[in-house]
Amino acid sequence: MTQTKAGIRIENLHLSFGETKVLEGIDMVIEPGEFFAFLGPSGSGKSTLLRAIAGFGPTPRGRILIGDRDIVNLPPWKRNVGMVFQSYALWPHMSVRRNVAFGLEERRMPTSKIAPKVEAALETVGLLHLADRMPGQLSGGQQQRVALARTIAIEPQVLLLDEPLSNLDAALRVQMRRELLALQRKLGLTTIFVTHDQEEANTTSDRMAVLDMGVIQQIGTPQQLYDHPVNSFVAGFLGTANVLDGAFDGAHFVTKAGQRLPVTARSDKATRIVLRPQNIRIASSGDGVSGTVRHREFLGSQIRYLIDTPDGQMIVDTLHATGQPPYGEGATVVLSIDSQSAALLED
Amino acid sequence: MSASTDTAARRFTLFPTLSGAAVAGIAIAIFLLAFLVLPVAQVLYVAFLDARTGAFTLQNFQDFFNTTLFRESFVNSFYVSAMSVVVATMIALPLAYITTRFNFAGTAAIQALGIIPLIMPPFVGAVAMSLLFGRNGSINLLLNQYFGLRIPFMEGLNGVILVQSIHYFPFILINLSASLRNIDRSMEEAAQNLGSHGMRMFRRIVFPLAMPGYLAGAALVFIKVFDDLGTPLLLNVNNMLAPQAYLRITGVGINDPMGYVISFILVVFSVFSLWASFLFMRGKDYATVQKGGGGLSRRDLKPREKWLAWGVILLILALVLSPHLGLLLLAFGTIWSFSPLPDGFTIQHFGTIFTQSSQYVWNTLVYAGSAALIDVVLGSAIAYIVIRTGLPGRKWLDYMATAALAVPGVVLGIGYLRMFHGTQLPFGMGQMSSFWGIIIIALAVRRLPYALRACMAALQQVSISLEEAAESLGASRSSTIRRIVVPLMTGGILAGFVTSFATAAVELSATIMLVGRSSDAPLAYGIYLYMQSPAGRGPGAALGILAVVIVALGTYLSQRIIERERSRQTTAGDQH
Ligand SMILES: Nc1ncnc2c1ncn2[C@@H]1O[C@H](COP(=O)(O)OP(=O)(O)OP(=O)(O)O)[C@@H](O)[C@H]1O
Ligand SMILES: [Mg+2]
Repeated sequence: MTQTKAGIRIENLHLSFGETKVLEGIDMVIEPGEFFAFLGPSGSGKSTLLRAIAGFGPTPRGRILIGDRDIVNLPPWKRNVGMVFQSYALWPHMSVRRNVAFGLEERRMPTSKIAPKVEAALETVGLLHLADRMPGQLSGGQQQRVALARTIAIEPQVLLLDEPLSNLDAALRVQMRRELLALQRKLGLTTIFVTHDQEEANTTSDRMAVLDMGVIQQIGTPQQLYDHPVNSFVAGFLGTANVLDGAFDGAHFVTKAGQRLPVTARSDKATRIVLRPQNIRIASSGDGVSGTVRHREFLGSQIRYLIDTPDGQMIVDTLHATGQPPYGEGATVVLSIDSQSAALLED
Repeated sequence: MSASTDTAARRFTLFPTLSGAAVAGIAIAIFLLAFLVLPVAQVLYVAFLDARTGAFTLQNFQDFFNTTLFRESFVNSFYVSAMSVVVATMIALPLAYITTRFNFAGTAAIQALGIIPLIMPPFVGAVAMSLLFGRNGSINLLLNQYFGLRIPFMEGLNGVILVQSIHYFPFILINLSASLRNIDRSMEEAAQNLGSHGMRMFRRIVFPLAMPGYLAGAALVFIKVFDDLGTPLLLNVNNMLAPQAYLRITGVGINDPMGYVISFILVVFSVFSLWASFLFMRGKDYATVQKGGGGLSRRDLKPREKWLAWGVILLILALVLSPHLGLLLLAFGTIWSFSPLPDGFTIQHFGTIFTQSSQYVWNTLVYAGSAALIDVVLGSAIAYIVIRTGLPGRKWLDYMATAALAVPGVVLGIGYLRMFHGTQLPFGMGQMSSFWGIIIIALAVRRLPYALRACMAALQQVSISLEEAAESLGASRSSTIRRIVVPLMTGGILAGFVTSFATAAVELSATIMLVGRSSDAPLAYGIYLYMQSPAGRGPGAALGILAVVIVALGTYLSQRIIERERSRQTTAGDQH
């Protein structure tokens, strides 16, 4: 199967349900063949944006281009955008085969051409042997694959996935996200993947957009967003972050409590820095911020300490080596930071 | 208690494990066997007996199908039921479609439409309908005057079809709307996403998904009409199965085999329809609403469509209200014949019924009240035994009680007549089959399935941990039931009582066979008697109004109780 690759361009998109503004000033460009994720907390507008691309929900203001065609005013059935629903939305009164054939039949394709295409699509997701089952007789993972086959059978220009893994159990979720990525690479389909799970977004996507309250906070590769978040929302949403308020004074960042931390990057506008827990070293004595161990959690490969410091509580991760962890609750410790790793925030 | 007496000790060892629940269970089983299973089994069995010799034979069935009248009755019953389903569908489909697919201000009106018909038993409105829609009824007089034509709305079988479909279409409306509402929005969106839309999508996706609910409702309508005795009798349509069974047994005699053959056929059809409707719902449970879903997507109506929708609704509303209107005109009218409206108005008919027929009202209150009481006692006992005890065979109590759904009233009536015909009651109360108490039992048995469902639902909402808490604090089983379970079930039990009462108050098909003398007769029978003669129509309609008021009040009350219960449940839930 060969698809015509098409990019997506969204320009100044606004959308509201009646009086409630749900999306505001969305701008983004998704490259042809890219695996792109929308990441954000519940209610941030991810599904609304995805559904707007598919043509569902209120008509938005602004432009959505697929390739160079503006689709905002097209009805859903004319968009040639494939969507996999969170609930899979398999029709329970049709067999797997008929579910997959549906879109082709609606395109008035001759029957002789439909059968091989249905089989090819089912083959792609590895479910050809279940073609004559009813959806009710399939497991969650299998239903998911049928939904996928049903969508790729129509050879859409764009594939939209709304939390496709959220109904699966943890182990299957990991397996399916790998399969999904492999399939996407094989078909070369421009794909948007909605999730509120940062690990899912990190492991699959080429780039992602973080949304909050209907506004795009940042767009970039997973590493860019993790290492260089633009605001504390992004920093906190992608992994654990220690955010310290303060200001720069020469080569040091001076915290509210007056601690002077060495930070390589610098900007006079920065009012906060972000320190990831694994970038803070902990020692029993030496130079740095002194603190007291408040709490200790054993996480397997890591030990996580909650440490009271003059600037509030900080989280520090250390690798776990076999044996007793060195610092107990109540122990006095000294924290020093890796001067390369601090990210600066201006919000 | 002195444990040393021989008999007491022996009884103890004879029934070592009989708990209170077991005793209650056995008593209920005996009751259901005696007043439901055996009478019906006997009717079915007698259908296969030679009336003279008592030998097993299929001759009765052969005779049945060789008699033109019976063949005709069979075909008519079938035709009337099927056509009622068709007409009821024509009424229900647009209503269901409008409420579930569009944002429409008239949704409340449609909901009212779904209840109004149910508060009037179809036989009550039947005569009023012939005065409105009959050959010389108001509508046809007007049509004739202005357009020179008459439409045979009420001619023969048409009348039965019209009256029944106006009464029963809510069954289809409720089931169909529920299944339409249960279709998740994503079902439709997935189809649109794959290139489908409009009527084609409706036909391929929405309609098949709503089909099971529709069929379940349709099967119910079919069987209700097939079994109904009162409406054809009041419209004087005798060439149908249920009236034939009634006429054979009351006219030819209790030993005439034809009544039993017809009963057999009625039961077979009932069982089959109920089974089919059960299968439709079970086998293909297409309820596809997901969390975060929310039914089909609705759109706003364009102004022209809005007018059309209101037009359709008002037309149906007029149709649905016509029996009520006709009944009011009859009850308050002086003479109403060959004119669109009565000649004058009076409240004299109400005076007549209060002076002459107050025993009907009194009897109804006693019968329906006692039957409803029996129902909730049996219903909560069965619910408790089935849900909360491990009694062997407890499911069978549920099955037996529910089986009453598949027994047409005529058949139960015939069964009682046959079974208790020769049984003399003590204290000079006469024959058991004509004793008024048997009417109460018949009503109780017929309404038990509904009361049982209400009690089951009520008990299921009582968390078992509440009982365990009481028991752990030292309360015995019986005082836990008395002090914890029953008070918590009160709302549900009350709703069950009111529903049983309201529907038992207007039941006609079983009682009509069991009324021994008119001083023992309930309201429904009184209406039937009055409506036999043109002069009695006024008072008959006045009684009908009374019946409607009773049912309406009952429906309203049980609705209120259920709502109050529900809000109590949810506020209690919020406190957790
Ligand atoms: N039909 C609607 N009418 C009114 N408001 C809506 C409607 N649908 C969604 N919203 C609102 O729009 C906002 C965004 O919803 P959306 O479903 O896009 O969130 P989401 O990011 O997908 O969240 P989740 O992770 O929970 O799926 C929410 O505040 C929601 O309440
Ligand atoms: Mg969502």
